[in-house]
Parts: sequence; structure tokens; C-alpha cells
Amino acid sequence: MKAVYRRRKVVNALMCAVVFLCAFLTLAPLISIFGYVVSKGIASVNFDFFTHLPKPVGEPGGGMGNAIVGSLILVGLSCLWAIPLGIAGGVYLSEFGNSKLGAAVRFTTDVLNGVPSIVIGIFAYTLFVVPMKSFSAVSGGFALGIIMIPTVMRTTEEMLRLVPATLREAAFALGINQFRTTMNIVLKTALPGVLTGILLAIARIAGETAPLLFTAFGNRFWHQGLDQPMAALPLQIFVYAISPFDDWHRQAWAGALVLIAMVFLISIVSRIVIYLRYRSFK
Amino acid sequence: MNEQVNVIDLNAYFGHIHVLKGINIAIEQKQVTAIIGPSGCGKSTFIRCINRLHEVVPSARLSGEVFLDGKNIYAPDVDPIEIRHRVGMVFQRPNPFPVLSIYDNVAAGLKLNGVRKRGQLDGIVEESLKMAALWDEVKDKLGASGVSLSGGQQQRLCIARALAVKPEIILFDEPCSALDPISTGKIEELIFRLKQDYTIIIVTHNMQQAARVSDRAAFFLLGELIEFDRTEMMFEAPADKRTEDYITGRFG
Amino acid sequence: MKLTLADRGFRRAATVLALSVVALTFLLACSMVVNAMPSIQKFGWRFLSTSTWDPVKEVFGALPFIYGTIVSSILALAIAVPVSLGIAIYLAELAPFWIRQPLSFLIELLAAIPSVVYGLWGIFVLAPFLRYAIQPFLSRHLGFLPLFQGAFYGVGMLTAGIILSIMIIPTISSVSREVFLAVPFAQREAALGLGATPWETIRLGVLGSARSGVLGAIMLGLGRALGETMAVTMVIGNRPQIAASLFAPAYTMASVIANEFTEATSDLYLSALIEIGLILFFVTLILNIAAQALIWKVSGKAGRGRGA
Repeated sequence: MKAVYRRRKVVNALMCAVVFLCAFLTLAPLISIFGYVVSKGIASVNFDFFTHLPKPVGEPGGGMGNAIVGSLILVGLSCLWAIPLGIAGGVYLSEFGNSKLGAAVRFTTDVLNGVPSIVIGIFAYTLFVVPMKSFSAVSGGFALGIIMIPTVMRTTEEMLRLVPATLREAAFALGINQFRTTMNIVLKTALPGVLTGILLAIARIAGETAPLLFTAFGNRFWHQGLDQPMAALPLQIFVYAISPFDDWHRQAWAGALVLIAMVFLISIVSRIVIYLRYRSFK
Repeated sequence: MNEQVNVIDLNAYFGHIHVLKGINIAIEQKQVTAIIGPSGCGKSTFIRCINRLHEVVPSARLSGEVFLDGKNIYAPDVDPIEIRHRVGMVFQRPNPFPVLSIYDNVAAGLKLNGVRKRGQLDGIVEESLKMAALWDEVKDKLGASGVSLSGGQQQRLCIARALAVKPEIILFDEPCSALDPISTGKIEELIFRLKQDYTIIIVTHNMQQAARVSDRAAFFLLGELIEFDRTEMMFEAPADKRTEDYITGRFG
Repeated sequence: MKLTLADRGFRRAATVLALSVVALTFLLACSMVVNAMPSIQKFGWRFLSTSTWDPVKEVFGALPFIYGTIVSSILALAIAVPVSLGIAIYLAELAPFWIRQPLSFLIELLAAIPSVVYGLWGIFVLAPFLRYAIQPFLSRHLGFLPLFQGAFYGVGMLTAGIILSIMIIPTISSVSREVFLAVPFAQREAALGLGATPWETIRLGVLGSARSGVLGAIMLGLGRALGETMAVTMVIGNRPQIAASLFAPAYTMASVIANEFTEATSDLYLSALIEIGLILFFVTLILNIAAQALIWKVSGKAGRGRGA
């Protein structure tokens, strides 16, 4: 009995230690990635990096200005169509979605969320690049938008559902119709949460590379029109990273630093917004 | 009669809420002691202090002493795990392990203690199920899931599970509140038989139940022990006005 | 309540827009099938079981890519599943309360790192580390297994598996944690009441009930690993071969699409690549549906991992 008891205590201590190690060892890659990106990238991040075009191989300096602008345009393009559609879908799911049809929409959205991004790239390619006979910013914005929609839709739904039913009832009791109630009262109340969902979606698509490989394609020059190939920061990092040149590797690290800083900043800000705003609801 | 559980100046808290206030009580061996009182008076918290289950809830604190056979279970060298072996518990809602079979549910505590021999397990499982008056109903489907049984059967399964590890004391936390009258009757009968071998403490807010099954009764109100006496004394001639009000149904 | 004209219009507009998302998803599926058709008709089931990938002769068999995807994903799961469960158990059951929020935030931050940054780190940090430290060690002590034989390149199956495992840990651990938290406290009390140690309480009272939800979490992670493109493409070595050794370079389905799509000159070549995409689409689709169903069974709400 005593031996069994001792063995149980040992197993318990051992498993607790293992579980603890799992949690903290997982931070090692995070710290390593963050550390390398900062230490290797910081030297090349300067004013030129944001304002200049890439230099050809052998010439030091140059920047990723075009890729940064390109990424902003691509993200802007996808926001332009994916945010309205995502919010409308979210409004539908929260206000009218308690039906079989609503369940089907919710299910499809979750399916769409799980589709590998490279497959979405193929879809955008067949839908835009083939008929237009050219890689284009538009096709890239379309691909990124599809990736955005499920996130925007489901966070909008969740945030609208957090708005207390009493608020809706109060508005109905005042004779305000459902359209005005939803738009002016419910959506406005839930706005910080909805914005957070949008920010998280933006953080995600800003780093997407695979769906841009054969849509936006990349470009060595500044923006040349939405129907033309366009540079993007993650694409540029990819191309530089797999190149054999040390100069380009340095630029890739710098690009990664800019990208990661942006993505982390958005993640952290949106986390804080959610925390401050919704701790009272939960 | 000797006193098996001796509680001295027990105070319990959830965060800033003071749920038990200076409880002193001595519980006798092989008797059924009922803890009665309106909801929220600290009855459940009280019995959870006897098997050191109060402390598993975050923010829960406690002060005072609980002696089990003369040894303070809150002394620093006492392991709560050992205490919980000696003090079994049956909960308000039946909570068999859903992925384990009926057999494995009963054997769970034994297996923790390193009992592995099939023959030994078989014997104790059968004996425990018989004591819990469940054997005849389940002997042909010991491999079925524990949650496939009815609510009353599940509760008796939980009793068998508690009996299997051979505790000295069994705590019942409103064991019939989720059950129908027939199942309740079976459990009460069971409790009556179990007191030959075990010390039993049962929380209930059903006066008739307390009257039917218990030898002694303790009345709690707002975290205080108001009265503790032989059950028939308490029901026939309560010493305290508040006890009388409660028993006669004037509040609670 | 009387519906005004504006209300009816509002309802209709929201419905139409929501349905357009459904339509878009259907269009995606159909377009993949239609565009993969030439390859499907030409090669049939052979596409899945042959290893020749010759754009010049226009003979395509995807076996090496399928093999690479499956093996790298299994490797990723082999590492990520135990670690993620450990994290989830620690965060849901054992960690002091003040540590839970910040720690889970940090682990979820791993999911926010863009794939291409993982790839960059993989090429310049992880691959050299494996090549000069881990692979020689494995080869010395476990070299009798075919898995750990051959030259050390750094890039290859092992590197891809490790990077994938890091990328899917946040998904598996956060969904598992939610599943654990959905297990009723009464289950834990049942075990505690029997005198179980904290670990035994988790084993008896939590893991058992959470089984199917954890399986769902693993499937979500697997779905992510199968479709992950950039990081894998950058570290797997991109050689279409079926090698026993984990040190050897390999190729995955997503990587071959990423590398060859823009170079695919003929329609059949393009169609073959799209067919690979179609397979990926269907496999991840089935995994995600099964995962949602399993998680829903336990927690009553669908878990949502981030897609790849």
C-alpha cells in the first residue's frame, strides 16, 4: 500500500512537470523566432527600406517600399469587398440565423475557413487570372478577401449576440424598425468587437503568401495599376529568403521584422480592446 | 459511543464571503447524522470540509480544525488524498465516469490504489454493487457504460464506487435531490443499512428524509450551527425558536 | 410585430449576402472539379498511385507529393499532439490563475506568425540547428533505424515536420483547452472524492470525457498541417522522392502547387496541379467537418481553428 502510494505521488509529480515543460518549452520557438527576426532584421530597417525599390543583386541598400505599398493595396482591396460581405453575413447569422438555412450558412463558413489558402489561390487564378490573361492586384485582393470573410462573419455574429436582448426589445418598444435597430443600435454597440474581428482578419491576410503566388504574383516596381501584377511584402520575403544572396537574406529578415511587428501589433491591440470591452459581459 | 469526527471552530470562506462561522460539532461513529437547513446555509460546504474537498474550489479558504479519529486532517503533514480515501463522498447529481463501464466505475478507486488482480477486483466490485443494491440490475451488463443507467441507478453506482475503496465515513450531499420518489426510497433504505458498517453524514433539505434516516440532526442557518441533537428530539422539541420555525415550515 | 417594407428589404438583403458566401464556396468547389477534369479523365486513379511527374512527356502521378504531405503531417502530429495536450492540461487544470491568460496569449501568438516568417526562420535557424546538432545525434544513437540514416542536409522531411508541429500547436492546444474546460466540474469532483491525485483526476475525470473533442482538435490541426504551404516549401527540400529516411528531402502537395503553378505551360500540366489542389481541398473538407462534429459533441459549440 505504501509503495503504491509513493508511486502514485511520483507519477503525479512527473506528469505535472511534463505538462509544465510542454507549456513553457513551446515558448522557445516563439522567443527564437522573435529574437532572430529582430536581431537580424533591425540593421536593415531604415528610412530607405520603406521608400526605395529593391536593388539588383550586388548593389547594397535598397528597400521594399513597393512591396509594403503593394501589401497595403492588396489588403485594402480585399477589405473593400470582404468586410461589407462579412458583416452582412454576420448580421444575418445573429439576427435571422436561427434556422436550418442559418445553420447551413454557418457550416459553409466554417468549411471555407478550413480551405487551405493555396487552394483559394488556385480558385482566384481560374476566376480572374485566366480570363484577364494577366496576374493582377485584383485577383490577389479577391483571394485574400475570401480568406477574410469567415473570420469577419463569425466574429460579427458572436459580437452581435453579446448585445443584450433587452436593448433590442427597448428599441422595438419605441417603435423603431428592425433595420434601424440593427444598424443604429445593435451594430453600434457591438462595433469595437466587430472592428477587432476585422483587425484579426487583416493581421492574418497581411502575412498570407501562398494565395498570392499566382494571383498578385509580385512586381519589382511601384504600383502599375490594379490589373497588373503587384508586389507584396510576404512574397518579397519568400523570394529573397530562397535566393542565394546574403544581401537579399538581410532584406528578407528586415521584411519579416516589419511584417511581424505589424501582425503582432494588430493582434495585441485587438486583444486589449476585446479584454477591456468584453470582460464585463463574460 | 465514540466520536469519530470532531470539528473545532471551523470557518470557511469563498473569497470574501464567510460561509461557515465557528462550527463546533462532534459526529459519532456508525450513526447517520443529517445536516439540515435552508439552501445557501453552508451545509454542503460543511461536509466538503470533512474530506478536504472545499479547498479544490478556487478562492476557497478555511480555518479551524477537523479531527478524524483524533488526528487533525488540516495538519500540515496530512495529505488530502489519504483523507479522501478514508472519507468517501456521494454527490448531489450522479456523476459516474461517462467513458468507463459499470465495472470500471466501481473499480476506479481500487485501481488507483494499485489493486490490479482481476479476481480480487471482481470480488470487491460484486460486493460493492450488492451493498449498493444494484447488483441484480446490472450483473448481466457490467461492461455497459455507467451513463446508460437511469438516474437512480447511476446514484447507486456512485455509492458502490464510494464503498469499493472501503472508507470509514461516507458523505452524502443531497443524494436524492435529482431523483424520483422510488429511487429516493431505495437510497434511503440503503443508507439505513450502511450505518451498520459506516459513519454517515447526509446533507438534505428534505425534513421527512432527515427524520426517516438519521439518528442525529444538525440545523445550520446562515453559516452557523444553530442546534445539534438526537433527531427525534429536534423534531419533537426543538430548543431554538429558529429551528422550530424551519421545521414547521415557516421559512426556507 | 408588423414588418415594414424596410424590414423586409433588410432581411432579404442580409439573407442574399449571406447566401452569396455559400454560393462562393460552391463555386470554389465546382471550379476546382471542372479545372481538374482533364487530368482526372486522363490519369484516373493512377494519378494517386504512380510516381512519375514528367511535364515534358505530360505524364503525371502525384504519389511522391501525397506521400510527402502525409508523412510530414504525421510527423507534425507526433510532436504536436503530446505537447499540445500538455499545454492544454496545464492551462485548463494546473496553472495558477494569474498565469493562464498571458501564457495562452503567448502560445496563440505562435498562430499569428506568418507562414513565410516560419519558413525564413526554418531556412536560417532551424535547418542548420538540425543539421549540425540534432541529426548527427539522432544518427549516432538511433542510426540503426532507416528513419535516421543518410546524409544531413538540414532541409528535408524532419525539418518540415518540426516546423509544421510548431505551427499547429496553437490550434490543437487552444481547442483542446476549450474542450477540457467544457467538462463538468462534477467529473473532477468524482475523481477527487475517490482520493485521486491531481494527475489521476485529470486522467479519470477530464481526459476520458474530452476524448472525442480532443480527437476533433487533432483533426483541425491535421487539416492545417496538410494545407500548409510556404513554410514547408521553404524547408522540405522539394525533391519528389519516397525515401525512408526523415533526413532526406521530400515534396508535398501544397509545395508542388506553389513551385510549379506559374511554370505550368500546358493545360494538362495545370490541370494535374489543380487536381492536387482538389485532393487537398476534399481531404481538409472532410477533416474539418468531422472535427466540428466531434468538438460539438463535447462542448456544444464548434471549435474554430485557423485554417492553413
